Amino acid sequence: MYAIEVRNLWRTFKTRDGVVEALRDVNLKIKKGELFGLLGPNGAGKTTLIRILTTLLLPTKGEAYVWGYSTATEERKIRPIINMVSGGEYSGYGLLTVKENLWMFSQFYGIPGKVAKRRIEYLARRLKFEDILNKKVRNLSTGQRQKMNVARAFLTDPKVIFLDEPTLGLDVEVARVIRDFVKEWLLENDERTVLLTTHYMHEAEELCDRIAIINEGRIIALDTSDNLKKLVSREFSLVLRIHPKINISWINKIEGVQKYLTREEENGLRVRIIMSREESIADVVDGIIKHGAKISYLKKEEPTLEDVFLKLTGRGLE
Amino acid sequence: MIEFLRAVKGRAYPRVIGALREPSWMLWDTFLPLLSLSAYVFVYRSLHAPREFEGFVILGGIMTAYWLNVLWGMASQFYWEKETGNLQYYIMAPASLESILAGMALGGMFGTTTRAIGILLLGTWLFKVDMSVTNPYLLLLIFVICLAAMYAMGMMFSSLFLLWGREAWVTSSLFEEPIYFLSGQNFPVKALGPYLSMAASIIPLTLGLDAMRQLIFPSSIKFALMDPYLELIFLSILTIVYLFLAKVFLRKMENIGKTKGTILTRWL
Ligand SMILES: Nc1ncnc2c1ncn2[C@@H]1O[C@H](COP(=O)(O)OP(=O)(O)O)[C@@H](O)[C@H]1O
Ligand SMILES: [Mg+2]
Repeated sequence: MYAIEVRNLWRTFKTRDGVVEALRDVNLKIKKGELFGLLGPNGAGKTTLIRILTTLLLPTKGEAYVWGYSTATEERKIRPIINMVSGGEYSGYGLLTVKENLWMFSQFYGIPGKVAKRRIEYLARRLKFEDILNKKVRNLSTGQRQKMNVARAFLTDPKVIFLDEPTLGLDVEVARVIRDFVKEWLLENDERTVLLTTHYMHEAEELCDRIAIINEGRIIALDTSDNLKKLVSREFSLVLRIHPKINISWINKIEGVQKYLTREEENGLRVRIIMSREESIADVVDGIIKHGAKISYLKKEEPTLEDVFLKLTGRGLE
Repeated sequence: MIEFLRAVKGRAYPRVIGALREPSWMLWDTFLPLLSLSAYVFVYRSLHAPREFEGFVILGGIMTAYWLNVLWGMASQFYWEKETGNLQYYIMAPASLESILAGMALGGMFGTTTRAIGILLLGTWLFKVDMSVTNPYLLLLIFVICLAAMYAMGMMFSSLFLLWGREAWVTSSLFEEPIYFLSGQNFPVKALGPYLSMAASIIPLTLGLDAMRQLIFPSSIKFALMDPYLELIFLSILTIVYLFLAKVFLRKMENIGKTKGTILTRWL
């Protein structure tokens, strides 16, 4: 039995502007004990998949199972053994302290008061927020709030936990604490399972055993991070900073250039090119100079998951 | 069962804390109603209305405090919880939504009672209202059943308002004024005539106020709608009907939410 199994899952939404296909024929098998990542840009369908798995939404077509139970018909079996954290989430009541809020949520899972209290203290130590346990929630910073949210979900000792962009918008330090905690939590018991969604490739790469890349509702690749990168193993990426900003669509004509991505920066461009021919680097450099721009930075890099995504979809993750 | 009670306690807690932790709110919640009450009292005095009418006004003020809590703290609460992001966690938790609503109701009753006592004490002292309770046990029973019916009605509306979405706020405000009027907050309902007062009786506040008035101000019996015992029976029936409908609408709301996907998404 899998911790999570999804078969031919479709989900459409009817909106004023027409029909949105948020998930198209998604298939997944996630083993118990796995930390599975779903990597994809905004609007790819990550949250929709999580909503279906957490029994908040029904599929339009297809089936989804958590711990062997159908999310559509056996939600009573699923709800006690799952929990969820989402990025930028607001939960609880501003008037209550962190400790009181956590206690309140534990009561919806029937956890005895004493057990809840012990777990809250334990999680506060592990997630380094003991100092704010008695602070009112409305006075918390974003990072402190998110630590509380993470504790809220882990407090119920779930078998499967869904982390929907849990480090969205957090500073590096808080994100670090949360990631480390998730990794350790998984090691403590070999049945615990995590499904993490993110659009930060480093996060997926660092944490996940396997990664599914999702774009426009479809899973377009699924493997370990190392294997995914083999999809671009014959390629390398070239990162450049140029200024001023110029049109560089001519780059596509250079032999060996596969895909490129630009990001605007202060009075210039950051360009990332996937190439398969080292000899062409000179052509790229020449072309830029001929078009009247200067190069302030140039580096040849090993391929990343972002390059995999770029190669598969022709666009960037962010 | 113990899980149900834990969830009730959990959800009631923030309201109990809210009532106690913010004394400044308590002050406002007591003084503002008193202010509008005194306006009515002075109008009645200038009209040389019978003295009992001043008592009606205070009783009406107290029950209105509960009614406002039902509207803003129950009926529109799920809508509000959706906006603040809590609703998805409530639905996702193993606890039933019924237990969460029950917790909200008990917590809300507690909070409002702290205000109601203030209004009662200050009001009777300020206006020297003369009350002679003939049957305190019946009075208490009617008060409790009336609250139960009102909060059950709030539970029923909580799912409906969520489905109605943004219009919920408008709807809530719409319910405020006509109900003061229909339930005869400040004057005997009988003055509305038999048909309108019958219609008004599906609002628990109407029957509850009418019954309590008779028990607190015996000289007002001549204005009464019907016998308090009969009203007690009707209130009990209303409670059961509203609780039943609340359950039906909860399931309906959850189903529509899961199918359409509109209920959990904040901006929809
Ligand atoms: N309740 C909804 N109603 C209509 N459209 C929705 C709803 N939820 C999500 N969508 C649409 O479905 C697509 C996928 O959204 P989502 O799952 O939130 O993506 P992600 O989490 O990967 O950013 C988007 O185009 C989004 O606008
Ligand atoms: Mg999302």
